[in-house]
Amino acid sequence: MREVIAHALGIVRKDLVLEFRTRTGFISAAAFTAMVLMIFEFGRDPTAVPTIDLAPTILWITFSFGAMLALNRAFQLELENQALDGLLLAPISRTSLYWGKLLANLAFVAGVEAVGLPLFVLFFNVPVGHVLGALVGVIVLATVGFVAVGTLFSAMVIRTRFAELLLLVLLLPFLVAPLVAAVSITSALFAGRPLSEVMAWLKLLAAYDIVFVTLATLLFPSTVEE
Amino acid sequence: MTLTRKGQAVTLIGLLSLAGVYVRAIGYTPIEIHQGLAQKIFYIHVPAAIYAEVAMMLVGLGGVLYLFLKDPRLDRFAAASAEVGTAFAVVVLTTGPIWGKTVWGTWWAWDARLTSTLLLFFLYIGYLLLRGTVTDPGARARYSAVVGICGTALIPFIHLSVYLFRTLHPQPIILKPSAPSLPWSMLETWLLSLGAFTVLYVGFVMQRYAIGAEERDHA
Repeated sequence: MREVIAHALGIVRKDLVLEFRTRTGFISAAAFTAMVLMIFEFGRDPTAVPTIDLAPTILWITFSFGAMLALNRAFQLELENQALDGLLLAPISRTSLYWGKLLANLAFVAGVEAVGLPLFVLFFNVPVGHVLGALVGVIVLATVGFVAVGTLFSAMVIRTRFAELLLLVLLLPFLVAPLVAAVSITSALFAGRPLSEVMAWLKLLAAYDIVFVTLATLLFPSTVEE
Repeated sequence: MTLTRKGQAVTLIGLLSLAGVYVRAIGYTPIEIHQGLAQKIFYIHVPAAIYAEVAMMLVGLGGVLYLFLKDPRLDRFAAASAEVGTAFAVVVLTTGPIWGKTVWGTWWAWDARLTSTLLLFFLYIGYLLLRGTVTDPGARARYSAVVGICGTALIPFIHLSVYLFRTLHPQPIILKPSAPSLPWSMLETWLLSLGAFTVLYVGFVMQRYAIGAEERDHA
C-alpha cells in the first residue's frame, strides 16, 4: 500500500514538474476561467437579476468548464513519444498510475479554482469571508468525484478520434449530480442558511465521491491494458 | 430459424400485445378524473421509462461480465441493449411532453424526472458515440464496459436528485415503498403494458444482437 502511494506521488511530481516548466496549460486554464466569469457579467441584466441569486450558478459553471479543460491534458501529455507505453511498462501498479493522474488533475483543477474563486469574489462582490471554510469544503467534495470520473474517461478517449469533444459528451451527464448538489449547498451558504438544511446534498456529494473514486480505481486497468 | 427472424417474431408479438393493451386502455379502463384522456399515455410512458433504465442497467451488467469473462457476445448484448434503451428513452421524451402540454400546460418543464431521462438519453448518446469512434473490437468492448458500468452507477444518483430537487412530476404511484395508489383496473392494464414492453425489449435486442453478429462476420 505504501508503495502504491509512493509511486502515485512520483507520477504527481512528474506531471506537476512538467506543468510548472511549461505553464502553458495552467495559464490557459486560468485565463479561460477568468474570461468565463467575465462573460457571465455580460450575460445578465444587473438591474433585473441580483448577483447573489446568480452567484452559485456562475461559480459552478465556471469551475466545471475550467475542470473539463484541465482533464483533457492529463493523458494528452503522455501521447507524445509514446510516453504512456513507458508508464505502462514501468514496474508500478495501475492503481498508482490512476491515483497519480487523479491527484495531479486535482492539483491542477485546485490551482484553477484557487485563481477563479478570488476573481469571482472580486467581480461579483459576493461576500464569502464568513463561509469560506464551508465553501472550500464543498468545492473539494464536488471536484473530487467529478475529476475521478473525468480522469478515468480521459484515459480512454485520448486514443479515439474527436477526443476533446467526446470527453465532454461522455462526462457532462456525470457532472449534473455533483453540480446540482454543489449549487444548492452554495446557495444555502451564500444566503446564510445553516448547513443542516442541505445535509442530504452533502451526503449525496460524499457518496458520489466514494462510489466513483472506488469504481474508477477498479475500472482503470481495463482502460489501458492491451 | 435465424436469430433475426426469431427477433422479428418476438417483436411482432410485442407489438400485437401493445395494440391489445391499448384496446383495453381506451375501451375498458376508466378515464382518470383529473387528467382525462391524456392519462392514457401513461401506459406507454411509464413502461418505456422503466425499460429505458433497465436497459442501461443491463448494459452495465453486460459490461461487468465482459470485463471478467472477455466474451465478445456479452459486449454485443450490451451494445444491443444500449441502442434499444436509447429508443425507449426517445419514447419517454416524446410522450412526456405530449402529456405535459395537456396536464401541466407546457411542453417541457425542467422537472427532475424528465431531466433525468434526458440525462439518461445523453448517457446513451455518449456510450454509442464512443463505440463509433473506437475501431479495435477489444478496446471498444473494454471502453464501452467501463462507460456502461459508470452509467449504471450514476442511475441511483440521478434518482436521489429526484427526491431532493423540487419537482412538478407526479410522484411515483406504482414503484414506491407503500402499496400502489392506483385502481386495480388501471394497474392491470399497466401491468399488461409492462409485459408487452418486456416482450418488445427482448425482440428488439434479439434483432440488434443478430445485426451485431453479422457485422462481426463481415468485418
